[in-house]
Amino acid sequence: MTERPLKQIRLAAHFPGVNNTTVWADPRSRSQIEFSSFEHLARTAERGLFDFFFLAEGLRLREHKGRIHDLDVVGRPESITVLNALAAVTEHLGLAATVNATFNEPYELARRLATLDHLSGGRAAWNVVTSSDAFTGENFRRGGFLDRADRYTRAAEFVATARELWDSWTPDGLSRPFAHRGQHFDIAGEFTVPRSPQGHPVVIQAGDSDEGREFAAATADVVFTRQASLEGGRAFYADVKGRLAKYGRTVEDLKIMPGVGVVLGDTAAEAQERAAEIRRQQTSPQTAILTLEQIWGVDLSSYDPDGPLPDIDPVAEPTLTEGRTRRGNTLEIAERWRALSREKGLSIRETVIEAGGRQSFVGTPQAVAAELDEFVQRDAADGFILVPHLTPAGLDEFVDRVVPLLQERGVFRTEYKGTTLRSHLGLSEPVWKG
Amino acid sequence: MLHLSAAVDQPSAYDAGSYVELARLAEHGVLDFVTLDDTFARPGLDALAVLSRVAPATGRIGLVPTVTTTHTEPFHVQAAVATLDWVSRGRAGWRLDVSTTEGEARLFGRRHAAPAEALWREAGEVADVAAKLWDSWEDDAEIRDEPTGRFIDRDKLHHVDFHGTEFSVRGPSIVPRPPQGHPVRVVDASEGQARDIAARYADVALVRSVSAAQTRAVRDQLRAAAARFGRDPDALRVLAALVVDLGDGEHAAEPGHGGGGPRQTAQGPLYRGGPVDLADLIASWHGEGAVDGFHLTPAEPRRDLERLVNGTVALLQHRGLFRTFYPGSTLREHLGLARPVNQYAGEAS
Ligand SMILES: Cc1cc2nc3c(=O)[nH]c(=O)nc-3n(C[C@H](O)[C@H](O)[C@H](O)COP(=O)(O)O)c2cc1C
Repeated sequence: MTERPLKQIRLAAHFPGVNNTTVWADPRSRSQIEFSSFEHLARTAERGLFDFFFLAEGLRLREHKGRIHDLDVVGRPESITVLNALAAVTEHLGLAATVNATFNEPYELARRLATLDHLSGGRAAWNVVTSSDAFTGENFRRGGFLDRADRYTRAAEFVATARELWDSWTPDGLSRPFAHRGQHFDIAGEFTVPRSPQGHPVVIQAGDSDEGREFAAATADVVFTRQASLEGGRAFYADVKGRLAKYGRTVEDLKIMPGVGVVLGDTAAEAQERAAEIRRQQTSPQTAILTLEQIWGVDLSSYDPDGPLPDIDPVAEPTLTEGRTRRGNTLEIAERWRALSREKGLSIRETVIEAGGRQSFVGTPQAVAAELDEFVQRDAADGFILVPHLTPAGLDEFVDRVVPLLQERGVFRTEYKGTTLRSHLGLSEPVWKG
Repeated sequence: MLHLSAAVDQPSAYDAGSYVELARLAEHGVLDFVTLDDTFARPGLDALAVLSRVAPATGRIGLVPTVTTTHTEPFHVQAAVATLDWVSRGRAGWRLDVSTTEGEARLFGRRHAAPAEALWREAGEVADVAAKLWDSWEDDAEIRDEPTGRFIDRDKLHHVDFHGTEFSVRGPSIVPRPPQGHPVRVVDASEGQARDIAARYADVALVRSVSAAQTRAVRDQLRAAAARFGRDPDALRVLAALVVDLGDGEHAAEPGHGGGGPRQTAQGPLYRGGPVDLADLIASWHGEGAVDGFHLTPAEPRRDLERLVNGTVALLQHRGLFRTFYPGSTLREHLGLARPVNQYAGEAS
């Protein structure tokens, strides 16, 4: 067996936004809206030589039982605007905005992304998401009439159209008229923005379904996934990378980055203790009941969060919560959770804590650095999108204590080599298709 | 109080640095705000993005991008303008405009061009729903109440349930109420179709005209219309909009140009002459009560803005007609406008 060179780890920072990841009750927790919070987290990520900074998006406030959800962090500024401001206070860090392909139009969004790429000197990225629901649609001109099946065809045509617009200026600065006619868009004219420093902003895809994976293999530069156990990650990685060849792409052309949490301690035991405490803070008794109601689809407010799971089965189509993607068959989930609870003797709250949550790396900085490295060297991932639980200081400790260890292992950069996000990620420049 | 503002438009500038430089220069002149024009139809970057990029690189100056209302989504527009207010800590404005051409419509492919009248009516609806969405979070909606485990008080968030002629919005906004409550709305009220919308929704109306008398007439008309809409006319600032060419800086203004006031051109009323004469013109129009201030578009961005700030503004300051420092920190404070009361406050959702 020939030894292959060590893979370099990609790192990105997720701003802890609207969900129950953020432990807002922690005394160190600050505003999720004020620019100073974004500035702190982005500067920390840049100090840690991260590839990019990532903002999620939600276009309607979540509602539960017909009322606005009030337990988790709610409210966030608009992503592209925040990222343009961050371009002023950072120099190298990539700036990634999640923007829905269903509730935007290609001309306008391609222009906003190209503008971000110009104003940041080539650091823009677009995470293409595809929510199609009528609930969100109630805030938009187009309404909620897009079929679930159409969302990826629209997203794929959207990205292709955006790329036609980005290619409508020649690399030497000549604007040429474009015309696109397809199933979803019929547009023509001249694009107002010259070719941007990256040619095309980096395209990220988030969505684990089969359609989502296919879309990523065909179009994306980066995949943001929830898959992050070593075995699950390896399977996902092999599956998605295996789909590239039929699009004439190589494994280098697509980076797979799961969203993960990291909890550090001076000893393994201390880290475990901190992680358990964070999970408890993320899952208050009310949050535990609410999570259960999302799956069971019925009012469970009379249940004791410290008591056993309900014996009744979930209703087939849960409708209590709107504005959050539901995944999987709820009956299956309920059976799995009940089995888990029986086996380990867990209460409702303990079960939600045990079953929910994302992949976390918990341990001493040495142990975490070794484990992150192992995941990447064994092809469970190309890197990670770190999802801290504290705004805005949640990345400080990782940057101070883990990044130097990754550098010592020779798997993480010690300085930025290039200036663009593409160069950080080792992605090639898109070929101009004039 | 005299209000001064300037455009930082630069044909085919695509780098952040040149915009930052102009905005800093304007801030050095203590101007109320800078504007950046935008349209989907001619070369240029997204104006709101540029001024967001400028925000952290400046400290006090108001930032007013043009954001059109015809092909955009009202929900996205209000969120972006509110976010500019957050990232600039209360310095955001929004210049509303419409897209009237078929060429612009073809870039979106969703609807055909429509008459300006209908588009301005729609712009009014967008202004209306934006204000409702900015108010859809009461200022103290975020409570972080540990004993009850609630992050927000849901009774202080409101669905806006807006039904316009071309769109509807359920709300609430995803962005909490911005620092200024409502970012400052600017409308060019020179054309008849826009005048009612300006009187009804604008905090600042721009008027392109060549004489003090003409400007005063439009100002009177706008103030009367504002009163008819139930507004306090003193909460509307009317600024004369001039293109200024200070290239002949050392010479006295030619009669018929600067000396005799501006003249009409295809780009709008053009003042040509020296910074000193421009200061005289500003002082006299303002002194006569014809205007609350001026919005000046430098014919040659760097040169004329520099002369405007170091010449005209310096002179007005010297004569005690213009402030020498920013007494407040928000754009509303520069303009002497109150922070709006929340239209939903006290109502249960
Ligand atoms: C890791 C991850 C992050 C996501 N982030 C967002 C987001 O910020 N905003 C959003 O509207 N959807 C988000 N989504 C939802 C996806 O875009 C997509 O709509 C959803 O996963 C359903 O698609 P699928 O069936 O392909 O998984 C995210 C999905 C994943 C897997």
